[in-house]
Amino acid sequence: MKERQPAVRAEGLRKRYGSTDALAGFDLVVERGAVCGLLGPNGAGKTTAVRILATLLRPNGGRAEVAGLDVVRDAGRVRQRIGLVGQAAAVDEVLSGRQNLVMFGRLFHLGTSQAKARADELLEHFALADTGRKPVKQYSGGMRRRLDLAASLILAPEVLFLDEPTTGLDPRGRNEVWASIRALVADGTTVLLTTQYLDEADQLADQVCVIDHGRVIAEGPPDELKSRIGGDRVDVVLRSAADLPVAAAIVERAAEAAVETDPDTRRVSAPVRDRMAAMSDIFAALAAANVAAEDLAVRRPTLDEVFMELTGRPAEPSTDTTDTEEAAA
Amino acid sequence: MTTTTTARTTIQVPAHPATPLARLRWALADTWTLTLRGINHWIRQPLPVIGGMAFMVMLVALYGFLFGGAMQVPGGGRYIEFLLPGMFVMTMAFGIGETMSAVSVDAERGVTDRFRSMPMTSSAVVMGRSITDMLYSTVGLGVMIGAGLALGWRWHGGIGETLAAFGLLLLLRFAMLWVGILLGLIVPGPGAVNAVWTVLFPLTMVTAAFAPPETMPAWLGFIAEWNPLSATIYATRDLFGNPGVGGSSFVADNATLLSVAWPLVLLGIFLPLSVHRYRNLSR
Repeated sequence: MKERQPAVRAEGLRKRYGSTDALAGFDLVVERGAVCGLLGPNGAGKTTAVRILATLLRPNGGRAEVAGLDVVRDAGRVRQRIGLVGQAAAVDEVLSGRQNLVMFGRLFHLGTSQAKARADELLEHFALADTGRKPVKQYSGGMRRRLDLAASLILAPEVLFLDEPTTGLDPRGRNEVWASIRALVADGTTVLLTTQYLDEADQLADQVCVIDHGRVIAEGPPDELKSRIGGDRVDVVLRSAADLPVAAAIVERAAEAAVETDPDTRRVSAPVRDRMAAMSDIFAALAAANVAAEDLAVRRPTLDEVFMELTGRPAEPSTDTTDTEEAAA
Repeated sequence: MTTTTTARTTIQVPAHPATPLARLRWALADTWTLTLRGINHWIRQPLPVIGGMAFMVMLVALYGFLFGGAMQVPGGGRYIEFLLPGMFVMTMAFGIGETMSAVSVDAERGVTDRFRSMPMTSSAVVMGRSITDMLYSTVGLGVMIGAGLALGWRWHGGIGETLAAFGLLLLLRFAMLWVGILLGLIVPGPGAVNAVWTVLFPLTMVTAAFAPPETMPAWLGFIAEWNPLSATIYATRDLFGNPGVGGSSFVADNATLLSVAWPLVLLGIFLPLSVHRYRNLSR
């Protein structure tokens, strides 16, 4: 294995469906051992990108390497070095958890006894040992996801693709899956995950690629992306919504970009350069104008705000169901 | 949640097969693994298997006893003997539904995608499916034979002819299998399988199985006569020495030829289409 190769490299990937470009010149480099979050709304091309990198789709143009191997020409060897966790828990519902893992182990061409040993090891690791002999039908959503993850890790892949790994899970299942992913990362597995949950990228990724209309529009560590759009932000929460215009005017004097007001939460928010000076100015001016504030805080911008800044529209998907075009792909 | 690591070091990536022989070994091993999967399904979920077979046996009994008294078999003979070859053929045709739903459940759940992202032989997925379904149908056919014998059906031909008849039935099932695989890969999810089956179901009924086509309205009789299933029905009646082989129609006269030709034509169409479709799930 060529050691200095990045774990994932995509150059100018293109994929067309009819008249729409799912990917329009998609570039990506993920270094070994990194966790990269592909962040974007439904239909942005996240799933298409992952499916090409996982050898499930052929690109119409461009090239991609995973673990130093071309995903089209060397698909067979790529498949020995990747794990894929798709949007649905891709496990056999009738079989038990253990039967699933033994079957997948055999299909990865482990010997029978090796496949069984690996299955037991992974069941133990993912806290499924007690339920390993029950049919998957009886598993909770989080348990299915963990089994799905375990099945993707049978050959201890160099690169793990996670396509919206926590979509449809309750908060508990989500935390379980996040914990498993963190443990993997600690082991040195390279992870490429797609998500439309901004906090998920924030929680797990050390590199975030914001993707929109089939290409990466911004890339960097979450902190860097956040500071690129204006560093710290000041939030003022007022006692009364009637004071919003006065407070907005006060905040505007200290702000370095447009002030946002939200009547529902009685919040005034703006990016600031010098956080301490801005805080004390706003505090003094609010007191002088006799405006009662419930809260005054400095914080980093959320990835929601990053996305808004980069694309001019909110990242929140219009529906929480999976985009049909992407799902069909 | 964990005290151990995923133990990267304990697992060695198996060497990629370099020779055609090594590739064949992988293909056979993968096919066997997926066949075992099907067998494990039956062990874990025996009720649908038993239920499906019981349904067919019940149909035989229903038709045999309900219509048996009233039906006049052309050329004479007992209705149960006329009926059974048709019921065998219908059992084979119903296999389309079984194959279709198994294939579409895998596609829907993402299991097909997992297989495709793994270093396994791509043909093993369809091969495993076909062996599993053929095993299932062979057992199903055995149950139907038992039920038929219990209800008074007999074969009157020699052992060679009888085995040939069973061979024709399994050939038909093999053709139906590939129709099912293609449909399962095309339909958007298990929900749609029922809709497709609603359309297909009459096609498995409008045959020469229950009544001679010449007794039907002309247009329906034409469909029943030329239904690929009817050729197998005529041919197996002939080989079993059962009544109602048919009179003077082209299909009846050439039943043995057509009962081989129809499945081969269907295979010629649907096998490559299924393989093509499977390979091009990566449109």
